[in-house]
Amino acid sequence: MTTVTSTSSRAVSPQLLLVLVLIVLAMIAPFGIYPIFLMKGLCFGLFAAAFNLLLGYVGLLSFGHAMFFGFSAYVTAHAAKEWGLTPELAILAGIATAAVLGAVTGWLAIRRSGIYFAMVTLAFSQMMYFVAVQAPFTHGEDGIQGVPRGHLFGLINLNDTMTMYYFVLAMFVASLLVIHRIVTSPFGQVLKAIRDNEPRAISLGYQVDRYKLLAFILSASLAGLAGSLKALVFQLASLTDVHWHASGEVVLMTLLGGVGTVFGPTVGAFLVVAIQNYLSEVGSWVTIIQGSIFVVCVLLFRSGMIGVMTPWLKRRGITG
Amino acid sequence: MGDDFIVETRSLTKEFKGFVAVSDVNLRVRRHTIHALIGPNGAGKTTCFNLVTKFLTPSRGQILFNGRDITQTEPAAIARQGMVRSFQISAVFGHLSVMENVRVALQRVQGTSFHFWRSGACLDSLNQRAEELIEAVGIGQYRDTPAGELSYGRKRALEIATTLALDPEMLLLDEPMAGMGTEDVKRTAELIRRVAANRTILMVEHNLSVVADLSDTITVLKLGHVLAEGSYAEISGNPEVIEAYMGSGHA
Repeated sequence: MTTVTSTSSRAVSPQLLLVLVLIVLAMIAPFGIYPIFLMKGLCFGLFAAAFNLLLGYVGLLSFGHAMFFGFSAYVTAHAAKEWGLTPELAILAGIATAAVLGAVTGWLAIRRSGIYFAMVTLAFSQMMYFVAVQAPFTHGEDGIQGVPRGHLFGLINLNDTMTMYYFVLAMFVASLLVIHRIVTSPFGQVLKAIRDNEPRAISLGYQVDRYKLLAFILSASLAGLAGSLKALVFQLASLTDVHWHASGEVVLMTLLGGVGTVFGPTVGAFLVVAIQNYLSEVGSWVTIIQGSIFVVCVLLFRSGMIGVMTPWLKRRGITG
Repeated sequence: MGDDFIVETRSLTKEFKGFVAVSDVNLRVRRHTIHALIGPNGAGKTTCFNLVTKFLTPSRGQILFNGRDITQTEPAAIARQGMVRSFQISAVFGHLSVMENVRVALQRVQGTSFHFWRSGACLDSLNQRAEELIEAVGIGQYRDTPAGELSYGRKRALEIATTLALDPEMLLLDEPMAGMGTEDVKRTAELIRRVAANRTILMVEHNLSVVADLSDTITVLKLGHVLAEGSYAEISGNPEVIEAYMGSGHA
């Protein structure tokens, strides 16, 4: 350990450099890699990052995040297709839906912790799944197909795949910055305190439920943004995204990449999406491969891939 | 005389499924004193303490703080009214640094606790006050150490600094000396005395000897009842108290 001042002043620039390199790589990536695959990775990466906001920084394991992801996808798809809204308004409608759903679910779920919290969120998620199956506007098994991507602000044509990619990338980067801001904000500081020692936070006068609820709503809204983007990318909103499998997958992604790290969930999301995409010819073996990777990960590096790399990065003045 | 008491309990009773942990306790804590609640294991000290701080809900009875009935008040609200508790197991935020621990307490008063859109840098204005507090409890050189890595005695010191950050009218300390060596006990007793200058302290202790010259008033509990109350001199001569303590080998 050298003196505190010199490490903190050096820590800023390599970190910023790493972020810039990653953004540049992400910008040239679609010239070498199938853009739809990248967009899928970014959508799930954002979904996992939103989920991680709750698990990593508040210590709450939600098992129902698919309802925010999937339902905002439905609302965005419906708004774009049936109401003819421009993409940014359709996305806002999706986020608002997720926020309201998050407020209601969160308000009830945060009264419990641990496994009970997970079960309450799962129960709500299942309820919303059946709503999605039954409600006429979701078109049941068919889903909402042929969603128009439209023109962003009425100007930028998102039907061009590359334009759509850069839009998704911009939203992704902005969301990660928002998440970074949230966890480093005064509010984030209270969240970390609650995660570390809830009774002590109460004894200092914090009404912890209010903080948990706000974190829950923020997490739900960001998960909603991810779902809305996915609906536009694939021009489809379907039952897959509200199914509890999606809730489970986001847990898997976050744990693989690293709980409580900024980039971990995205890395985990890309890994899972890559396995699903590129190993799809082996059929049902995909699930077994995923399961094995998960078991190995949990046994060997419990803090996830980025979590394991963090000490190494820290030694070089880059904090993950 | 009546207003002289900062905390008062009336017929405070707590039952756990038929087992009476605290029975009909009338406790009166005089303002600006150090009041100790002692008793052998299972006497109901901690239950009593948790009732007063509202971490447990009483089965019967009433709790008054500054003459106000707080029997139905939430624990977080009690803290905001100026009554702050500590914990038996040292309660720090392990992943936060020493400075950040104290700042979390200062921050609530600052009113930025819900500001999720603001940079954490706006908390830097609290640094000076936080530094004063950690200097005051003698852990100034550990300001950037994660609290989880501190030694036991220093964790307790940090806990007191965090509590003092709220500038509470009344402090409730749950076995502040538990698990400490003689050296730390002395230092903590010193600290408590200093802190008590313009505050009221109610502390739970297992060991009669450590509270002997620290407390103005001592209440001895046994099996959920108040056995005796008074100064150390009065208590230590009480045959019932000696009897109650014989098994645990103190007094």
